[in-house]
Amino acid sequence: MSNTNKKAPARTMDLVERSLARRYGAEKRFRFYGVISVVIGVLALALLFWEIFSAGLGGFRQTHIQLTLKFDPDVLEIADARDARQVQNGNFEGVVRAALAERFPAVLDRGGRRDLNGILSIGAAFDLRDKLVDEPELLGQTRTYWLLADDDVDTYYKSLREGNAFTARTSEARQVWIQELIDGGELRTQFNTRLFTSGDSSEPEMAGILGAVVGSLLTLLVTFILSFPIGVAAAVYLEEYAPRNRFTDFIEVNISNLAAVPSIIFGLLGLAIFIGLFGMPRSIPLVGGLVLTLMTLPTIIISSRNAIKAVPPSIREAALGIGASKMQMILHHVLPLAMPGMLTGAIIGMAQALGETAPLLMIGMVAFIMDVPNGISDPATVLPVQIFLWSDSPERAFVERTSAAIMVLLAFLVCMNTLAVWLRKRLERRW
Amino acid sequence: MKKILLALACATSAFAAGSAVANSRDHIMIVGSSTVFPFSKVVAERFSLKTGMKAPKVEPTGTGGGFKEFCKGVGVGTPDIANASRRIKDSEFKSCQENGVKDIVEVFIGYDGIVIANSKKSEAMNLTRRDLFLALAKVVPDPKGGENLVPNPYKTWKDVNPALPAKPISVMGPPPTSGTRDAFVELGMEGGCKSFPWIAALDKSDNARYKAICHGVREDGAFIEAGENDNLIVRKLSENANLLGIFGFSFLDQNADVVNAARVDGQEPTFESISDGSYPVSRPLYFYVKKAHVGVIPGIEPFLEEFTSERAWGDEGYLAEKGMIPMSSERRKDVAGSVKKLESMSM
Repeated sequence: MSNTNKKAPARTMDLVERSLARRYGAEKRFRFYGVISVVIGVLALALLFWEIFSAGLGGFRQTHIQLTLKFDPDVLEIADARDARQVQNGNFEGVVRAALAERFPAVLDRGGRRDLNGILSIGAAFDLRDKLVDEPELLGQTRTYWLLADDDVDTYYKSLREGNAFTARTSEARQVWIQELIDGGELRTQFNTRLFTSGDSSEPEMAGILGAVVGSLLTLLVTFILSFPIGVAAAVYLEEYAPRNRFTDFIEVNISNLAAVPSIIFGLLGLAIFIGLFGMPRSIPLVGGLVLTLMTLPTIIISSRNAIKAVPPSIREAALGIGASKMQMILHHVLPLAMPGMLTGAIIGMAQALGETAPLLMIGMVAFIMDVPNGISDPATVLPVQIFLWSDSPERAFVERTSAAIMVLLAFLVCMNTLAVWLRKRLERRW
Repeated sequence: MKKILLALACATSAFAAGSAVANSRDHIMIVGSSTVFPFSKVVAERFSLKTGMKAPKVEPTGTGGGFKEFCKGVGVGTPDIANASRRIKDSEFKSCQENGVKDIVEVFIGYDGIVIANSKKSEAMNLTRRDLFLALAKVVPDPKGGENLVPNPYKTWKDVNPALPAKPISVMGPPPTSGTRDAFVELGMEGGCKSFPWIAALDKSDNARYKAICHGVREDGAFIEAGENDNLIVRKLSENANLLGIFGFSFLDQNADVVNAARVDGQEPTFESISDGSYPVSRPLYFYVKKAHVGVIPGIEPFLEEFTSERAWGDEGYLAEKGMIPMSSERRKDVAGSVKKLESMSM
């Protein structure tokens, strides 16, 4: 001390001032690190969105071709359009072929004809069948429709518009026909309604996510109906009734552990118990829901317990003080006050369950299922599984549909998380 | 709260009702190979659209996993059809028999080719199976000669074969769980492995060692496992001109604008060369039908009929369109005939 005194009068103020620049610098850097971290996060998200949106927007459009068709009873081999069996077996492909032959009369050889017929999807013929079922009077009449184009045509047309035509699967003759159709305004893209109204298909142009969306909803319904009451009841018991001892500590640790178990383990468990032991069928939303219940239970229990803990003891005591029983206190006061917190936890758990594929792999929900499920015991698949299956398909046209399906899944997730945030903001009380 | 309890009770009984449905089934259940999966699902779809029956459920479990489910027994809870990218093994057939799955109809449907390809940015390779073995095996015969093995020393394709370019060996392929990998190893690498007479002799004397030599893939980074997603491999190839990828023929067919397939033993992978067997790395595809379920589960017979129709598996059929390589027309007639009679197989 005496040394410093000799050299300069060391006032605290001087010391502070000398270090001030350094401290401001440190402060700035500290804030900067935070900003950088946020920017990295936002950039990663923006990159993901850009990647998915740029690839997926095309998936919402589908190429259609305009054709004038004659519902010729002789070609269709249908005498009575009200006879379901006759219509079922009708030769609608023949009608489409005849219409194409009329549109391109110059194509006469067999190979060329076959190539020509391939520019329309096989779905076109089945669409015509549906039209005839809806309107039996069409038999014998001539109409003009926009028909579904084949996925190769779709890919070719879209790549052509972008200036980098993909010609490997489109013969030169086809390219000429397509150009002719484009010039005549008989080929265009329309909104891809099938993407939202039909189940899976092996033909990209006919594939939709409705089956997967319904499967996801059914699975989540089962999960919610089971996991929410069980989770809340467990949380109430653990918070309000259970004595604090080693045994409850043990349970508490295990619940936290369960929350960290990889989800595929729950799938194995589901396979062994629900399918192996109880003999339930594979691939149904009921089993999927049960497995996901096991997975989301810890999340719901933990968040419900936190919500119950946040209810001030004074409210409990006041209720007990005016003569309420413990059950009345819980049902009339604690649960209503904790409900927003518990619901938020449940929604976040559901959002997690919605994005899960690994446990469903084990119980057979990773499958090609064309029909839209009607109930919890019909075979079904879920959205993320549908995305996985499409991303694994060789067809080019599935690439953009995969991204389109991801966009739908993201939309669902964003909605659920927004709902959770909104519930918290709206209903949460502060004491 | 009472309402909630009531709702819960209703839900529980609904589940009980749901699980009671398990003793009948109105759709065909198909499991097995993920290679056959795309072909199986097209037929499933056409069959359903045409007949108006419920579409079969097709689950890509892998060939081995499929047989495991298939051979569990007879009953609505077990699959009706197992797809396979190889023939059923003796052990699998035996396990089927033990579990009461006595009569099985074997259906040979066509071929699948496995291609080795690189980006269009570089030239197509001209490989032999011996090159493939030397470039990708874990241990190779000592380049100095003699009958001893050394860990794979080759770094570039030129080291393997002076006729090849001096590019580093870097090949992306499927993991060991994949049927494509099995087939590549057995048909491609083992083919090259056998070209060393002293290793080929081991097949008889010390089969385990022979398998270890011929089927062992190097783990020093030259072979990159890519997961079971062939699309991913194709995408990586377009980004890196030096990389080679191994995947199924249907992916080549769909991505002919970005990748070049290598010739193997001088043969280019095309429909024709795979179909007549001159392209060496191709494998047969099958499916197996549980005879006891025919007539019990609705739709199996019409499904078989659809699958074995010219419209489906013929030279111009929709399966060829999806990348399956058809058999000769005589062979198709033969198989279709025996399927029609539901002849059970024997081993």
